Amino acid sequence: MFNAFQTLLGRDLLLAMRRRSDLFTTLFFFVIVVSLFPLGIGPEMKTLRLIAPGVFWVAALLASMLALERLFAVDYEDGALEQMLLTPQPLFTLVLAKVIAHWLVTGLPLVLMAPLLGLQYDLSSDALGVMVVSLLLGTPALSLIGAIGAALTLGLRGGGVLVSLLVLPLYIPVLIFGSGAVEATASGMGGQGHLLMLGAILVLSLLLAPLAASAALRISVE
Amino acid sequence: MLEVAGLACIRGDRKLFSDLSFTLEEGELLRLHGHNGSGKTTLMRTLCGLSRESAGEIRWNGASIHKLGEEFTREVVYIGHKNGIKDDLTGVENLRVCSALDGCPVTERQAWDALERMGLMGHEDLPSRVLSQGQKRRVALARLLLNKSRLWILDEPFTALDVAAVDFLQSIIRDHINSGGMVILTTHQEVKITREQVLELRLGWKEAGHV
Repeated sequence: MFNAFQTLLGRDLLLAMRRRSDLFTTLFFFVIVVSLFPLGIGPEMKTLRLIAPGVFWVAALLASMLALERLFAVDYEDGALEQMLLTPQPLFTLVLAKVIAHWLVTGLPLVLMAPLLGLQYDLSSDALGVMVVSLLLGTPALSLIGAIGAALTLGLRGGGVLVSLLVLPLYIPVLIFGSGAVEATASGMGGQGHLLMLGAILVLSLLLAPLAASAALRISVE
Repeated sequence: MLEVAGLACIRGDRKLFSDLSFTLEEGELLRLHGHNGSGKTTLMRTLCGLSRESAGEIRWNGASIHKLGEEFTREVVYIGHKNGIKDDLTGVENLRVCSALDGCPVTERQAWDALERMGLMGHEDLPSRVLSQGQKRRVALARLLLNKSRLWILDEPFTALDVAAVDFLQSIIRDHINSGGMVILTTHQEVKITREQVLELRLGWKEAGHV
């Protein structure tokens, strides 16, 4: 079982390395969206500091949304997905491996890039630190929750739009606690409570999202 | 032993087949016949558990395949219209990933040998993207050489293959049957597997009384 997990994780990372253009689209989308706000609003430090948490988190949400479509679609089209359903491995493990690979490729670069972008918003080093931690806890949860939507809309025409309608409402708690953590730190209240909530959301989605996505995949492949 | 009892399949409003019953014993080959759209692919996908039956039951050694879950999927190889290989991986990588997921990991040497036997010598480490349709099919079919599953479900396995590959595949199928395996296949080509263990099933022939 662990062997299958490793194999699939390795396969997806190898595939991502062979198609690096896909890898960078999400990251550049995030960088550009975040950088547009200071340009549009002007160098008003107070305003920028105020909107920074919200901007970062909404941009991370949209970037993760953008990447979702590719999570299962390629495997679905070339038939690798139906073969996956027919392997003697628990589907939970396989879905988890795919989501983790997906996050390593599309989510982790955003987290690493965030402190650099945060400088444009004149965020304090404390706030930047909390921003990274909140993204580190929040973006895997986004990938996991998004996997359910991606699995449900597999093979549908216009699935891309539908997946946003399905998944964005489910992202709201992550958005609230994620940007809340940064805001609370910036205003000096400490964002620990928010981060703990984010951690709880991550654990819950780690347990439940692969189950729901597996069930959705079985329906979609039929 | 695969038993099918009272199987029915309805897609949308169309009844593809109903009240279908048969038994497939060890060392038997079942060949499905039927015109296009008669439900051959649907039947095969239902038999391997990808699609849900509308009525009836499929049993493997007496237990429902949906209850058996992974115990049943361990015994099945399904090769459908889609090859299920990744275009960006080489033949060897594809084969090793497939085998590892099937629960019987192979070494690089074994994967090379299997591809060589499949007639892909010199193409083992090319990305599958650059292979021809028939060569991709061969990569997908190379799984049969490394797999220990007893039931093979092959949907049009001979399409895109040249004469030599068709002959080789037929010999693999024959060996599998002779060693006690089970095969279900559809093909529009003539198969040279003439043994008493070959069952024929016709779909979409209302007069014949099967549907």
